[in-house]
Amino acid sequence: MMIYLELLWSFMKIGLFSFGGGYASVPLIQSQVVDLYHWMDMTEFVDIITISQMTPGPVAINCATFVGIRVGGIPGALVATFGCVLPSCIIVLTLAFIYQKYRNVPVIQGILGGLRPAIVALIASAGVSILQLSIYPRTDEAFRLQNIDWLAIVFFVLCFFILRKAKKLNPIFVMLGAGGVSLVLYLILKAAGIPFPFISA
Amino acid sequence: MKKDLRFYLRLFASTFTLSAFTFGGGYVMIPLMQRKFVDKFHWLEKEEMLDIAAIAQSSPGAIAVNAAILIGYRVAGLPGALISIIGTVLPPLLLLSVISYFYIAFKNSGAVRAVLWGMQVAVGAVIADIVLSMGMEVVKKKQWLPITVMLLSFAAVCVFGVNVMLIILICGAIGALTTLYSQRKGGKQA
Repeated sequence: MMIYLELLWSFMKIGLFSFGGGYASVPLIQSQVVDLYHWMDMTEFVDIITISQMTPGPVAINCATFVGIRVGGIPGALVATFGCVLPSCIIVLTLAFIYQKYRNVPVIQGILGGLRPAIVALIASAGVSILQLSIYPRTDEAFRLQNIDWLAIVFFVLCFFILRKAKKLNPIFVMLGAGGVSLVLYLILKAAGIPFPFISA
Repeated sequence: MKKDLRFYLRLFASTFTLSAFTFGGGYVMIPLMQRKFVDKFHWLEKEEMLDIAAIAQSSPGAIAVNAAILIGYRVAGLPGALISIIGTVLPPLLLLSVISYFYIAFKNSGAVRAVLWGMQVAVGAVIADIVLSMGMEVVKKKQWLPITVMLLSFAAVCVFGVNVMLIILICGAIGALTTLYSQRKGGKQA
């Protein structure tokens, strides 16, 4: 019983204090699950971050599930995930209520109007970092032309072209298609004995 | 908008699939949500989607979860919020539960990496597509202030690595001040 309470409390703290989303929450999670409670060691923690990069879903929820299962099985995963989303539920629902009620007040309109172009910029910069990760995965060395992943550029241009042309198409199909084509390519190259170029390590 | 069982199922299915395909952090979810809830279902307006993104970013917790709560609440009140939270949390919960049992094999599989690599590139294209549409929207209004804010924020995050929260605070303040200023002049709203 104690372990579930600890999981709940620990992940509530993570949910409450991780502002900014994404990898901003990684150090906080580390301080809780590795340093404070010793639920996993550093190698496992790095593994779980790697897997989080490879799989969909927020890093904090992924960690909650993984740690929860390790420590307390499926109930542990449920408790940890619940703890992780509870603080944002309460805070965001309050904000949602305020937004519905006051969104037409001129000053609130002004604030939201000022934020809109900034949010477009934030989404754009998230796009740039994802693109950089696939097109030029090696940032640790000086720039070299052969470190550019040309295959990623071809994939990107094709996907972008399809998305611009087929406005009604669900983008998830483009993502699934890209994953499928990439898999087929990998299998063909593997059969031919050539390594798949630049899968970001 | 009729709120029958089909509506709630649709909300659940949408948040579930969106969450299942949100590779690479919460911001990826915003363009996908825009395509689904604004362009396809017409449940929200374009500007509301950006407001939701702003509130989701400024609140604690995962952006994807926050945005889902806001959308659920906006279209169907508390039950809607509850359904979209469950829809958003379930895919990573299920997926990671499975992966946690054989994660070393998963991590080292070349085939898995190839699929994820292809999807990651496609996510980049999805974001580029929606950013182009959103950016055009801002530029089309031909007001110098929003265009400047957009370009400066982009440079601040991308080139100079400025903290995102700081940018949100400054841009919100700029918006509030310009409104107050134009109100004092007795003119129209900014």
